[in-house]
Amino acid sequence: MSGPRERMSQREAMAALHAARRADDVVVTSMGAARIWMALGARPLDLPLVPSSMGTAPSIGLGIALAQPGRRVIVVNGDGAMLMNLGSLVTITAAAPANLTLILVDNGVYEVTGAQPTPGAAAGRADGASVDFEVIARACGFRSVYHFSNAASWTRDIERVLGEPGPTFVLLDVISMPGTPGPRSPGPAAARALELRRRLARGFS
Amino acid sequence: MFSGEQIAALFAELGVTHVVTVPDSTIGKWGDAIARANGMHLVRVCREGEAWSVAAGLHFGGARPLVLIQCTGLFESGDSLRNVLHDWKLPIFSVIGYRSFLNQETLPGDSCLVFTEPVLDAWKIEYKLITSESQIGTIREHYRACLAAGKPGAALIAEGKA
Repeated sequence: MSGPRERMSQREAMAALHAARRADDVVVTSMGAARIWMALGARPLDLPLVPSSMGTAPSIGLGIALAQPGRRVIVVNGDGAMLMNLGSLVTITAAAPANLTLILVDNGVYEVTGAQPTPGAAAGRADGASVDFEVIARACGFRSVYHFSNAASWTRDIERVLGEPGPTFVLLDVISMPGTPGPRSPGPAAARALELRRRLARGFS
Repeated sequence: MFSGEQIAALFAELGVTHVVTVPDSTIGKWGDAIARANGMHLVRVCREGEAWSVAAGLHFGGARPLVLIQCTGLFESGDSLRNVLHDWKLPIFSVIGYRSFLNQETLPGDSCLVFTEPVLDAWKIEYKLITSESQIGTIREHYRACLAAGKPGAALIAEGKA
């Protein structure tokens, strides 16, 4: 458990990742992160998971990482979504893909539904102390775990973090933005699925 | 009904690269043989909803995954299955254990017998019911037909005691 902490804007956090990612990385984003990522400019190998089944982004990223062991896969997930699929943290470390980085953007709320607190956030808990995802990740078997609360340190260290042998877990404390809309689908999902598989199969970058 | 070696040989023949699974007392006995098979990987997940999403990622990445779960896990899979098979329209094949179909000694009146087939129908998954070892060819043919059509499908394996 932990108390109040410093937070960065999610857009700053995502912009740093956008600048640091390599062209041949696969970046899987969901919910609010997908909306920001598409606004920043998704690359052809990226998977904005829209439409999604909430919570599944880490599992989908794991599958891509296992199928493409020579390629870095970066998943950006929200805290509400993470709570829906905490077991995926164990599944990831069981498979132990060295090419997978899971970034958790923690704003403490279900942002796109009106910023209701999650059961993991201080405001959603009887004891008023938020659940510590850093501790959870370590307990689930992640050996490379990072935690950033301001954009300057995240931007400074991001290339080193992404260069670590994975699986790597990164916790980013971000500010909630109530009233933010959910992501809009960039096009028919089935056609995008076919195209992504085709690009990955031929080593597109 | 089937040995692990029979199933592993069948999956290998069909070109399956990854078997994503949560075990039960029947299909769980196949895991070791699948893990030993050349060119095939066993991916253990914590719950069945994860299995569909991991399989989706494997498919995106160019692999040919198969989901191996019990019918109770099918019930658990709901939204993930919907997203993978019907939003993204990925042709993920599954092999699903049908609890208590052959024997209700342990769980008389097991509700799995009430809901399994209607749930598969509701999710629009074409399945073949496998009740004897002689039907291994049915699994092979159904898998190949689904692969050729680019659509999901399932083999529903009748199980005995829970």
